Amino acid sequence: MYIIKFLQSFGEYLLLMGRSFQKPERFKMFLRKYYQEVMALGVNSIGIVLLISLFIGAVICIQMKLNIQSAWMPTWVSGYTTREIMLLEFSSAIMCLILAGKVGSNIASELGTMRVTQQIDALEIMGVNSASYLILPKITALVSIIPVLVTFSVAAGIAGAYCTAYFADIITPSDLTLGLQHQFTQWFFWMGVIKSLFFAFIIASVSSYYGYTVRGGSIEVGKASTNAVVSSSVLILFSDIFLTKMLS
Amino acid sequence: MITVDKLYKSFDDRQVLSDINTEFHNGKTNLIIGQSGSGKTVLMNCLVGLHEPSQGHILYDGRDLTAMSKRERTLLRREIGMLFQSSALFDSMTVLDNVMFPLDMFSTKSYKERRERALHCLDRVNLGGAESKYPNELSGGMQKRAAIARAIAMEPRYLFCDEPNSGLDPKTSLVIDKLISDITHENNITTVVNTHDMNSVIGIGENILFIDKGHKAWQGSNKEVLTADNKRLNDFIFASDFSKQLRQDIIANMAG
Ligand SMILES: Nc1ncnc2c1ncn2[C@@H]1O[C@H](COP(=O)(O)OP(=O)(O)OP(=O)(O)O)[C@@H](O)[C@H]1O
Ligand SMILES: [Mg+2]
Repeated sequence: MYIIKFLQSFGEYLLLMGRSFQKPERFKMFLRKYYQEVMALGVNSIGIVLLISLFIGAVICIQMKLNIQSAWMPTWVSGYTTREIMLLEFSSAIMCLILAGKVGSNIASELGTMRVTQQIDALEIMGVNSASYLILPKITALVSIIPVLVTFSVAAGIAGAYCTAYFADIITPSDLTLGLQHQFTQWFFWMGVIKSLFFAFIIASVSSYYGYTVRGGSIEVGKASTNAVVSSSVLILFSDIFLTKMLS
Repeated sequence: MITVDKLYKSFDDRQVLSDINTEFHNGKTNLIIGQSGSGKTVLMNCLVGLHEPSQGHILYDGRDLTAMSKRERTLLRREIGMLFQSSALFDSMTVLDNVMFPLDMFSTKSYKERRERALHCLDRVNLGGAESKYPNELSGGMQKRAAIARAIAMEPRYLFCDEPNSGLDPKTSLVIDKLISDITHENNITTVVNTHDMNSVIGIGENILFIDKGHKAWQGSNKEVLTADNKRLNDFIFASDFSKQLRQDIIANMAG
């Protein structure tokens, strides 16, 4: 039973993506919408990304230094592990999980409300491909802005680590710098960026699917918004395993 | 002219429309009336293609909607304006942007011309001055009028209105009715209006289709509706004792 329901939803999802990835009627209208979405989904998320990354960077550094590092380990261990955790997992996967909550519920409730108030029907009646007009800009905007968010997140994490060095005397700045520079592999950064591109696509497309296909009223919009967050989070976690294996 | 030919519509095993045959004429306000739940909205949604009919054909001046490809349908829809029961204005845009939206999307005119056309439409519905407001800052009647302005922005050949005056006071209803009827005559549009407002029926009903439980039960004009001797139609239109009395008086008057 569940399998049939899942396959049905997945089929609907694919059909919706097919309709979304069609050439926009007016490129100018697409650009206008794209710009709005970059602002709404990307730029408006910078604050929360910086805040969370700063604190997590600081906390990882403290944990490493106080609870993991022992006398026989080299002094660079704390800085080194902080950097690798941020680059490899936090700034891509965990940050996208957080964004799935913020951006996913935003997308699903916006599209769901448009559906139940017949705004999507109004677009269709005008002869506009509503899926392409509404969903394509969201997906392209989030996918294109996510590398920026990842970069900001890494930078904020490292800034957080330095805060523990300069303001809390947990670790000496020179030890931290030594660790941060130890055996730097540039590919790890790109790996995070590539993973985040997939995650951004999952967040935008899955949340759009739940919002666009709402039937009913405000209660269903609320449910769709919850489903969007849960499903995109689960999908991010699953795909993270495969992506990490493939890219390593 | 829109021709409906042997239209049937069912949801799962529930028959909502059966054997609807009718014509909606150019330059006339065509009304669909009937009790709540009789299938008016479903019929209108079939007409514009938001629902697929289970059987039958819908011809727009000879062009069969039910046989059209997706692309042909999209093109036809650019000749259609529609006013939804809930107005369905885009709440992220100002009133002016709402009215300009179809023009921005499809018109090849310059920005200045498009803006002028939108302002003209807003003036036409007496909303001049409200163009920079957002839909949630408007009253229900103003939202309806803004939605009419958006529906006529592209100079449609076919205009559909689902309950344009539900939830409005009688006076505002009259304004909206007059607007719809004037626009229809000015531009020779084929207008189809869903309503259960008796003032509209008498006021602007040039061609009235009465639907009862999904069946076509009567068709005629507002002149004929008063004197028609169709029991179910009379029960519907003259529902209260007061209006039954009124009908008797009118008929007596005519006879005398
Ligand atoms: N999407 C749908 N799925 C199943 N049944 C539906 C659907 N839409 C409408 N119906 C049924 O079709 C019947 C006619 O509904 P419709 O909305 O056309 O009524 P109406 O004449 O517009 O009423 P009102 O004047 O209250 O708007 C109703 O009994 C309704 O339950
Ligand atoms: Mg209705």
